[in-house]
Amino acid sequence: MFWSTLLLALRSIRRNLLRSFLTVLGIVIGVAAVITMVTLGNGATQAIADQVASLGSNLLIVRPGQRLGPTSASAGAPNFKLADAEAIQAQISSVRTVAPTVQRGMTVVAGARNWSTSVTGSTNAWFETGNWTLAGGRLFNAMEERGGTAVCVIGETLRRELFGSQNPLGQAIRLKTFSCEVIGLLNSKGQSAFGSDQDDVLVLPLKTMQRRIMGKQDITALRISVKDEAAIDPAKKQVTLLMRERRKIADNEDDNFSVLDTRQITETLSGTTQVMTTLLGAVAAVSLLVGGIGIMNIMLVSVTERTREIGIRLAIGALEREVLLQFLIEAVVLSSMGGLIGVVLATGASIGLASLMQVPYLFDPGINMLAFAFSAAIGVVFGYFPARRAARLDPIVALRHE
Amino acid sequence: MSRAASAPPLIELRGITKTYGQGPAAFQALHGVDLCIEQGDFVAVMGPSGSGKSTVMNILGCLDVPSGGSYLFRGVPVEDLSRNQRALLRRNYLGFVFQGFNLLARTSAQENVELPLLYRGESAASRHQLARQALVSVGLEGWGHHTPGELSGGQQQRVAIARAIVTRPTVLLADEPTGNLDTRTSQEIMELLTRLNRELGITVLMVTHEPEMAEFAHRVVHFRDGRVERDEHREEPA
Repeated sequence: MFWSTLLLALRSIRRNLLRSFLTVLGIVIGVAAVITMVTLGNGATQAIADQVASLGSNLLIVRPGQRLGPTSASAGAPNFKLADAEAIQAQISSVRTVAPTVQRGMTVVAGARNWSTSVTGSTNAWFETGNWTLAGGRLFNAMEERGGTAVCVIGETLRRELFGSQNPLGQAIRLKTFSCEVIGLLNSKGQSAFGSDQDDVLVLPLKTMQRRIMGKQDITALRISVKDEAAIDPAKKQVTLLMRERRKIADNEDDNFSVLDTRQITETLSGTTQVMTTLLGAVAAVSLLVGGIGIMNIMLVSVTERTREIGIRLAIGALEREVLLQFLIEAVVLSSMGGLIGVVLATGASIGLASLMQVPYLFDPGINMLAFAFSAAIGVVFGYFPARRAARLDPIVALRHE
Repeated sequence: MSRAASAPPLIELRGITKTYGQGPAAFQALHGVDLCIEQGDFVAVMGPSGSGKSTVMNILGCLDVPSGGSYLFRGVPVEDLSRNQRALLRRNYLGFVFQGFNLLARTSAQENVELPLLYRGESAASRHQLARQALVSVGLEGWGHHTPGELSGGQQQRVAIARAIVTRPTVLLADEPTGNLDTRTSQEIMELLTRLNRELGITVLMVTHEPEMAEFAHRVVHFRDGRVERDEHREEPA
């Protein structure tokens, strides 16, 4: 009985192609919208997580003052000393390396070109904490670091702006009163999570920066790379304790520095995109609902024709349950076909839009299943219940239905 | 009536009443109908509109249930049967022809005729074979792949008759089978029904308001105001 009923259901779908298509259309669009929105939202979240990770892995950044952000030179909070960095490196075992950093924005000149960039003074540890790799040349040697030699390593953007197609290695760049030789070129890292260009950078040995540009021994930030992710929280506590001690902060006073970890940044930013994903998903869910109402509409419109059909089937000897099974199968087949087309469409749209928006495409089985199941449920409910009502009528009433 | 002693009649109605609606708006369509129909008969039911002839037909066809009285089909009281049992009775013993044809739209004649066989669980091969034969016997050989929309009224009614007889029913119930057809086509349909009655021994019960169509029957039952007014038996036409 099942197979012949399945045959009936499939025949009926084939025979009423337009009606079937319209019924399915609502589901297709609803399912595709929900899946696409959620998939793109997930992709955006992932993209941001990736960008934050490119800041450096397991990274802690210690800054003076309590404000978060690039301009954190809070009034009154003293800067760090080189000794602070050495103490952290020496006393906290989970720390891999510490990069004492001084940073300042300034205009640099090479030949006839100039470019306003971010000049950083630090040690070779800076490259490690930021996951930088060399595209060419070399990093600083011990002598250059100790002696404050006028050498620099530059990022991809600065190379493009100052040297164009020329080889930058060995060339000279003028900073204010002195010029330094380019000894290394960094691989590109692209935009940071905050939208700034990470490749727009020029790195000098710390000593060079302190002596020739800043004119003092202060250090404005400590970048600390922790050995593994599990050690981040304890390391953060240890650094805080150590710095409070070294900066002679009384127990009842607040910190006059802040320790930031990249995970925290990731959480903040991906929290935002997750809210966006939820929002988009909710809007798309409304479209799924509207699709469901569309199905309901089509089903109700066709109920006159279908009620007569049910009357005919009952009159020629179909049992109520045979008629219902046929309608149930029809509804299931239609809805799952719609759901399936929706999933396929959503996969295509997601892959296309993800590459357009430059976010990674992440397949989310959960939302695919959920949207599919929901659409199938809608189709079955709205396809089945009007049919059940009709099948319970006396055949003659169903036959006369206008 | 001489056989009544040995076997119960095919169809026996005893004091059948039917009321539509409830309360003051209720309308009584049948006021106690008694009717007995033997196997192999060809009966025409006549009467003005509102006389209850279609109502009695629907009750005979188990498409509708009476409000009171008793309906015995081969001695079995139909009012005691469940919905499903009545459906099985329709499936196994009855065939219907309606005034409005009631074919499935956008469905080929062949598939329309196969439909009752499908519910009977016939195999695909035998469905195909039987439906073809039925179409041939109503004179529609080669028209099987046409949908009702592509057929004339007479042809649609023939498809409906083919669908009704494909299961070799005991009784063929026809409600104004020629109501929507012109005179010549009506004649052809009536000749077809006569042939089915004579050759296959199918009992034919037909509602009509046209005296010319009733001419084909052996027996004419006249209805008026929900009661049997007159029951005339005729000699079989030569």
